[in-house]
Amino acid sequence: MSTSATATRTSPGRPRAGRAGLRAGAALKWMYVGVGFVLALIPFIWMVSGSFRSEADLYQNPASLFPTSITLHGYIGVWQQLPFLRLLLNSFVFAGVTTALTVLFDSMCAYALARLRFVGRNVCFVLVIATLMVPFQVTLIPVFIQLFHLGWLNTYEGLIIPRATSAFGIFLFRQFFMSIPADLDEAARIDGAGHWRIYWRVIMPLAKPAIATVAILNFTNLWNDLLWPLVITSSNDMLTLPAGLTLFGGQHVTDHAVLLAGATISLVPIAIGFFFAQKYFIAGVATTGLK
Amino acid sequence: MTTSTTDRVSPRVRGGARPPGGPTPVPSARRRRIRWQPAWLFMAPSLLILGVFVLYPILRTLYYSFFDWSVGAAVQPFVGFGNYIKLFQDPSFWNALGVTLEFTVVSVVLLIVLGLLTALALQSEGLASRITRSVFFFPTIVSLATIGLVWKFLLDPDIGLVGGVTKALGLAPVAWLQSAQLALPTLIFVSVWRSVGFAMILFVAALQGVPGERYEAGRLDGAGRFSLFWYITLPGIRPTMLFATMMLTIQSLQVFDLVYVMTGGGPLYRTDTLVNLIYRDGFVNFETGYAAAISWVLFALIMLISLLQLRIFRYNDVD
Repeated sequence: MSTSATATRTSPGRPRAGRAGLRAGAALKWMYVGVGFVLALIPFIWMVSGSFRSEADLYQNPASLFPTSITLHGYIGVWQQLPFLRLLLNSFVFAGVTTALTVLFDSMCAYALARLRFVGRNVCFVLVIATLMVPFQVTLIPVFIQLFHLGWLNTYEGLIIPRATSAFGIFLFRQFFMSIPADLDEAARIDGAGHWRIYWRVIMPLAKPAIATVAILNFTNLWNDLLWPLVITSSNDMLTLPAGLTLFGGQHVTDHAVLLAGATISLVPIAIGFFFAQKYFIAGVATTGLK
Repeated sequence: MTTSTTDRVSPRVRGGARPPGGPTPVPSARRRRIRWQPAWLFMAPSLLILGVFVLYPILRTLYYSFFDWSVGAAVQPFVGFGNYIKLFQDPSFWNALGVTLEFTVVSVVLLIVLGLLTALALQSEGLASRITRSVFFFPTIVSLATIGLVWKFLLDPDIGLVGGVTKALGLAPVAWLQSAQLALPTLIFVSVWRSVGFAMILFVAALQGVPGERYEAGRLDGAGRFSLFWYITLPGIRPTMLFATMMLTIQSLQVFDLVYVMTGGGPLYRTDTLVNLIYRDGFVNFETGYAAAISWVLFALIMLISLLQLRIFRYNDVD
């Protein structure tokens, strides 16, 4: 299954029922969908609006979805009370660099697994897939201790390198690479291209949808991750945005608008990404479910 | 691209039989070495990382679980199965196990049912359906930390919208997260609210994959709406059902972020899940060995439940 082939088919065979039943069913269906729609959106609307509200406004008009008057003190507070730029930078470095490395390493590994024949290939593939089953928390303590001995706690290396590959990405790339006709690399090989060149010049340019899917899903997961940065970093200089917001939310900041402003800001990159690249988000999820 | 400088022998090797009258076959020992070397180079970064930071640590966790291990302590006495025995006598472990299982069972059932219902309602490719699907899916990609924070405030009896509306309706505001009875159901609600879109997307893809001819055939046989659903749709989406159930179960068993942000495990440990317990014992109380033992129990639990689910679905397939 290629990544993009999932959402294109319409369903020709929707069951049909009697007229009246159909009408009632449709009404019920749109009521259900409508309620869900409102329920899905309201928390986000409230979050953004709350980030512009004063504490007094929140206490006096809790039933209101919108501010009575707009104030920027939440955003100013984020700036003054949190090491905000540093948190933002850390989040970008952590999620960005890790994603870039993951895409590179995963696709390389998948290239070998999908396109090369060698002794031990199946064992490797099974091993990779097996790591998918391991809950991340089970490895957390030893990894923490390993990083402690390496002196990597509170560093970018420590945050990034252990996360720089994902079995899921390898799996997804492998599926995609297997769908690329083998004649292409045969042709390149006859032209004298080596494996690296075939991987980089032939396979990767064809794998853009897979790259986008893996990159987007990885970036989102890393950007959102809480437990990992919470465990690996302890100094305020190395915290990421979610970890910083959570820690400060408990300790220093008591103003709701400040925390809502922080949450809104941390949501912006993901929301923009989703707006422009929904199909990759959705394809990534849908493909994994099909097989 | 005809330069042959970068490559020594390998182009010939794979297509060894290809070029008619090409170079003589390479001796087999050498051929084999050349064949697998590039593969291992390509896999080296990923395998190294997975080996060092996933596979080895699992065994390491097992090892720690047999010691009264704590980071930085001078002596790490071997206690054999001591940690596991302690664990089975520890009420806070049983509590966390119960909380985790309750959370998992209720949220997975709700997610599968609501996810499928939503997918059935929104499976068409019309614009309205597609936009609504995007809206439903959106919470899935927002961090649990953010979602936890926003819902915590929304549910706050003093400032939250939910409390405000309750008061405006003339009812007494409810302290959702401070109540021992309501805290866990509230967490389940938030978790379901977030992931319903994920389940929906999986099911939409599955529904669209069921061949239309099957419905035609069923209709010709006079099948009604519900028998079509029961005999054609459900069997058609069974693989996705299995996958979704497993993914959601594994995710739910590992719930941490929501708990950490919204309740911290309280009130009265009524939302203290296994991972929250691992976090507290391992990284707050520094009882590393003990936390490692709990981690292994969690691992075993996840494996067991995954295998069980595979079994159940396989068994149904035979029917």
